[in-house]
Amino acid sequence: MNWTTFSRLILPATGQTLVMVFFSTLFSLILGFPLGVLLMATSREDQGGITPHRMLNEVMDKIVNVLRSFPFIILMIVLFPLSRLILHTAIGTKATIVPLSIAAAPFVARVVESALKEVDPGVIQAARAMGSTNRQIIVKVLVPEALPSLIDGVTLTIINLIGYSAMAGAIGGGGLGDLAIRYGYQRFRPEIMAVAVIVILVLVQVIQFAGNKLSAKMLASR
Amino acid sequence: MQITLNHLERSYGELHAVNDVSLTIPSNKIFGIIGKSGAGKSTLVRLISLLEKPDSGEVYYDDKRVDNLSSEELMMHRRHIGMIFQNFNLFSSRDCAGNIAYPMEINGYKRDVIDKRVKDLLHVVGLDGRENARISTLSGGQKQRVAIARALSCNPGILFCDEATSALDPQTTSSILDLIKELQKKMSLTVVMITHQMEVVRDACEEVAVLNDGVVVEEGKVSDIFSKPQHPVTKDFLSRLVGVDQGKKTDTVYQWSRTKGSYILRFPGEVTDKPIISMISKKFDVDFNLRAGGVQTVGGEEIGTMYVDIICSDPAKLPEVISALRGEGLIVEEVKK
Repeated sequence: MNWTTFSRLILPATGQTLVMVFFSTLFSLILGFPLGVLLMATSREDQGGITPHRMLNEVMDKIVNVLRSFPFIILMIVLFPLSRLILHTAIGTKATIVPLSIAAAPFVARVVESALKEVDPGVIQAARAMGSTNRQIIVKVLVPEALPSLIDGVTLTIINLIGYSAMAGAIGGGGLGDLAIRYGYQRFRPEIMAVAVIVILVLVQVIQFAGNKLSAKMLASR
Repeated sequence: MQITLNHLERSYGELHAVNDVSLTIPSNKIFGIIGKSGAGKSTLVRLISLLEKPDSGEVYYDDKRVDNLSSEELMMHRRHIGMIFQNFNLFSSRDCAGNIAYPMEINGYKRDVIDKRVKDLLHVVGLDGRENARISTLSGGQKQRVAIARALSCNPGILFCDEATSALDPQTTSSILDLIKELQKKMSLTVVMITHQMEVVRDACEEVAVLNDGVVVEEGKVSDIFSKPQHPVTKDFLSRLVGVDQGKKTDTVYQWSRTKGSYILRFPGEVTDKPIISMISKKFDVDFNLRAGGVQTVGGEEIGTMYVDIICSDPAKLPEVISALRGEGLIVEEVKK
């Protein structure tokens, strides 16, 4: 493969993947983070719930479970109308951000919930005994205490989204997955497929390394 | 602040964790609540620190009823209560200064006020200059000192100590208790100490309530309880205490024989000037074998304690001898074999 192919095909595809992953991570955090906090806050008191609410908790729990067990490829098709509604198109890099965000949001919610549940219940009790509001407990205690685990969770989310984005590419989203299928598989150019896969591998490695470093550094400063 | 509990009840399913507890916790004193694990201590402290509502009964802070407040009002009330815990429960995401600052932050203190007060409090608890120390680098005793500083940062009227020394070694326990006593005087605090350690009650408290199966079985001045324990649970706590040297130089019960003897004799203050043992010995023609003895300072009063065997030719005479000892004002306990 020469430089022209690389710069004409691989680079733009990498750019598209990065755009998809960046924005879908952002939006899935915006959707999933509050949901995760709510899941934790409304859970039973012995699980650290600060304002237990059984009904609400069970409803959210079910929604998250259903969304998580939905096959992504089908979710994407189901969400075509939503993409059209928001972005007036159902194909292309921008449009895939919608299903990607919605697919990752329940995952983020679970990750956030379990990270927050790791916080020592005694510490939460102490914060409550000092007269903290629920908001203060969440913002000033739960989130800072769980920050290293939350960062691990975000790392995991990004890596999952890199995988999903490759799949999204296959149905018209662009990006490295799309490139690998169209050129590598359909046009018999295995070297392009190989390079696309290598770029994805490198991306995952870099994200994992950076995430681990960050959370380890945070833990070490405690 | 005086705390009054009126017929408090709290059950979890079948379990009566707190069963009709009425207590008056006097203002400006260190009050102990002692009980074995499962006696209902934790529930009781959650009830009086307003973390939990009773099924029935009332809690008063001075003359204000506080158990029926709205959750908003409860939250505001909790800001005037300090609390420390067995596991310290410090925020690992904050350094020393950050932990002490937390209650002031949620109370809306200004930053410069907070910084000054953090410095003062660190000085009070003997951790000068440790503002930026990480919590994980502190020893257990230092962690509890930070927790005390945090609990007192908003000038509370009450300090609850929930098994605050149970995770500490005897020397550290002793120094933490000294600190709490000093701060109680300095800040005119009402301190409530929940514990299962009789040493803590002996070394720090002025009054005590003994809790068993969710019921207060005995309460009063610590010196009275130590000299005249009534309930078997209290006696059991006391019998475990004797001979345990917890690092207090004034308390020395020495045992010089292999076994401890079958009776414990306690000599409350007013009977220590009479030759009771030799009197009884002559009168009933019995012999006493002394096996261990010493003095314990209890709530400011010294209580003599002695372990003996009572040897008499006619065992039928024994109850008579014991009631004669009791008649002289001694507390006689049989040691369980």
